[in-house]
Amino acid sequence: MKFGIVRFPGSCDDIDALQAASRVGEAVLLWHADHDLQGVDAVIVPGGFSYGDYLRAGAIARFAPVMSEVEEFAREGGLVLGICNGFQVLCEAGLLPGALLPNVSLKFVFRQVELEVVRGAGPFTGGCEAGERLSIPVKHTTGRYYAPDVELDRLEAAGQVLLRYVPGHNPNGSLRDIAGVCSEPRNVFGLMPHPEHAVDPLSGSADGLRIFESMRSHVEQHVLA
Amino acid sequence: MSSSTSSLEERHRQLGLTDGEYARILERLGRPPGDVELAMLSLMWSEHCGYKHSRRLLRRLPKDGAHVLMGPGENAGVVDVGSGLAVAFKVESHNHPSAVEPFQGAATGVGGILRDVFAVGARPIAVLDSLRFGDPGVSERSRYLLEQAVAGIGHYGNSIGVPTVGGEIYFEGSYEQNCLVNAMCLGLAPHTRLIRSAAAGPGNVVVLLGALTGRDGIGGASVLASAELGEGDEAKRPSVQIGDPFTEKKLLECCLDLLDHELLVSLQDLGAAGLTSAASEMASKGGVSVHLDVGRVPLREPGMEPFEIMVSESQERMLCVVEPERVADVLGVCERWEILATPIGIVAEGDGFQVLDGGVVVADLPVSVLVDDCPLYDLEPVPFDGALYEAPSALLTGDESPAETLLALLRSPNLASRLPVFEQYDPIVQSRTIRRPDEADAAVLMLPDSSAIAVSIDGNGRRVACDPRRGAMEAVYECSANLACVGAEPLGLTNCLNFGNPEKPHVAWQLVEAVEGLALACEQLGVPVVGGNVSLYNEAPSGPIFPTPVVGMVGKLPSAARAGRLGFAFEGDAIALVGPFEPSAVGSELSKLLGRAPVGELPAADAARIRIAHQAVRSRVRSGAFHSAHDVAEGGVAVALAECCVIGGLGASVRLPNALDPFGEAPGRAFIVSGPREALAPFVVIGEVGGDALAIEGLLELPVSGLRDARDGGLREWV
Repeated sequence: MKFGIVRFPGSCDDIDALQAASRVGEAVLLWHADHDLQGVDAVIVPGGFSYGDYLRAGAIARFAPVMSEVEEFAREGGLVLGICNGFQVLCEAGLLPGALLPNVSLKFVFRQVELEVVRGAGPFTGGCEAGERLSIPVKHTTGRYYAPDVELDRLEAAGQVLLRYVPGHNPNGSLRDIAGVCSEPRNVFGLMPHPEHAVDPLSGSADGLRIFESMRSHVEQHVLA
Repeated sequence: MSSSTSSLEERHRQLGLTDGEYARILERLGRPPGDVELAMLSLMWSEHCGYKHSRRLLRRLPKDGAHVLMGPGENAGVVDVGSGLAVAFKVESHNHPSAVEPFQGAATGVGGILRDVFAVGARPIAVLDSLRFGDPGVSERSRYLLEQAVAGIGHYGNSIGVPTVGGEIYFEGSYEQNCLVNAMCLGLAPHTRLIRSAAAGPGNVVVLLGALTGRDGIGGASVLASAELGEGDEAKRPSVQIGDPFTEKKLLECCLDLLDHELLVSLQDLGAAGLTSAASEMASKGGVSVHLDVGRVPLREPGMEPFEIMVSESQERMLCVVEPERVADVLGVCERWEILATPIGIVAEGDGFQVLDGGVVVADLPVSVLVDDCPLYDLEPVPFDGALYEAPSALLTGDESPAETLLALLRSPNLASRLPVFEQYDPIVQSRTIRRPDEADAAVLMLPDSSAIAVSIDGNGRRVACDPRRGAMEAVYECSANLACVGAEPLGLTNCLNFGNPEKPHVAWQLVEAVEGLALACEQLGVPVVGGNVSLYNEAPSGPIFPTPVVGMVGKLPSAARAGRLGFAFEGDAIALVGPFEPSAVGSELSKLLGRAPVGELPAADAARIRIAHQAVRSRVRSGAFHSAHDVAEGGVAVALAECCVIGGLGASVRLPNALDPFGEAPGRAFIVSGPREALAPFVVIGEVGGDALAIEGLLELPVSGLRDARDGGLREWV
């Protein structure tokens, strides 16, 4: 199992994601300017402030050379995980539904939040039980998940909402407390919380590891088998 | 070169040079300086760059220690942390820019201290901030400065991916017009990547890295940082630099990449006084000449004069010296990181700083005149024992019950929970942070070998205002106490001396006494000073700020897994008061709430007993014998107990030793610890953890939820 972590200019949590993924498999960095995914089994678009996020979070990164490879990989069913800024990039690229708007507070927020697993199945949450709670930190300025009501109804009905903030833990005003959504074919997943920052009990929680372990199990059972 | 002598005599005063200093320039050069030369000299001889009023004093601070790899004089101090790794750190002020434009002032304060750290080859791994504002309850301006400075720090630190792991904020009337924004950065480097700033090798190429050079920040060091604030400061806004954390992120990665490939001879950041200061410091340290061509410097706007290019304080720039055969490789690495790199000059033999514009020489000064000939002034201290500062308005009468008093203290902006501020910073990026703000008295960062470093920043201006020498000593004790609470042994210290106008005798006395206090406490605890910064002229028409030495201390603990916590951990644990503790009301937070002016002698300290207490706590946190440890600081034992309860989510029943003032203060001496009764047997056991209330016998009983509400609410409405 080989993870590839995209590195844009301005990525901040790229090494964190690399180290977290290394706990469950092999992991390499993918340079933004290269049209090369190095044969990875899953791509992680990490957090940070790609290109400074001066225009709109994720708006420039989605045009980076490596992203055309990532989009093709996703269309062919490859696993793509977008964390925080990576979630914003995947929404900008049209690989995930909806958009991330500025937090209701209009301020950056760091907080350890409780998440509820809505769907304990599929490539990203297959190792979790529905209803289970995960303690994972958030840190962002632009994390308010938004989509029109009709679209939200459709996403919920199709089981594309994988994670929700537990009541009282929504840090940004996300509609319907949505913390993470996947694509219709379920192979692309984006979330605002940072599972790569919850992989070691010493730093507060190891719940985030469940996401990476789910990805490994899926790849081992469905791709490498 | 201009030689219009009469107009230049006018200009030296506009540029902040005294007549005596100008006469000294004429004498040293044997001719009048040209206009570019005068601009360069006025900045290098400013208080901010030249340390005219503090350099002699700073020699008093102890610099030697077993772990010191680089001491004062480099871009940052460096200590060994084992396993071939080193930690670089420094604190620096950005007070005056922040008073004029708080968002960019604070943001570029962070940017500047980050560059100091990666200039020695270290990857910045943590930022802490020490902030001072006027009273947010009465001053709209202070609320604005607080909100904007916090936003600016977050903007820069969060975007560049360096965690903000701690810091402190205090509110006092004396900072109303002149806020303080001090930023401290720590960096981590393998010993093999450390680099100094001395230029070397005649024939080597000087390469400018990073952002375009613009007109921002021109004369910032002399205009803002070396004079008192007053009316008309709005007009100084063009002197405040604008930060671009995205460019700095690329610049940081690029510089570390260049060093990993061993492509540089030396490296220096561009800060105050821009190219002038960076190049002359590099030349001075290396004993060489430097020739720069301003015509080659990439500009952000056309038509900039040579003097503007030489003194511009545009952010996100570095200067490096490269061997000629490696220039192509350097440019290649920079291209990969999308960082502009331009050869702008050469290193030569001698002692000359030559500035060319195309082929024309526009400045030609001895480096020694720029760097070494700046006059050093002796201070003329006069002790002051009256009330230099106004009494604050009284919020309490003294007739309140102990319970009401405790809640008022927890609600006070100086003691309330800092989470509303810390929630605006990313404390965990880079995955090293194992103690975040509010979890322990010091931030703790894990190292690759499973050991850890701890860091704390402290300073209480009100106490230094009362008693400059003992107040400064307490700042060192408190930092060391905070490190002890997580199990860390101090390795080194950095400081930022924020004072008023040193030409005034009482301010000079504060400064001399405080430096003596710092030196004494460092000697007592065996902690070397590896670097620092001085910010003088922090005055408004209403008077000077509280004398505010801010101390940042870095320590090491052998096992990250054993790092201490401050909150009570287990029902049934015993609670003990450890350390020589004879508190008094002088300079305390309660004295402020009662409307008392900051006057009076602080309690004396017994250094030997303090050392023993710190060692006792440190060793028992490391062994796991103590389940929690928290130093007793502002608000005294009562507030310390309340904090242990709130953070741990557990109550406590306590009986204080006879006659102990529950709200009296003597920072840095004593600790509230908890653990199994047998582990606490050698100490003064005062109670037990348990229940959902804090009960202090004969004094008060309050539910932990009520303590939490008071503490959580104090700052939230202001940020």
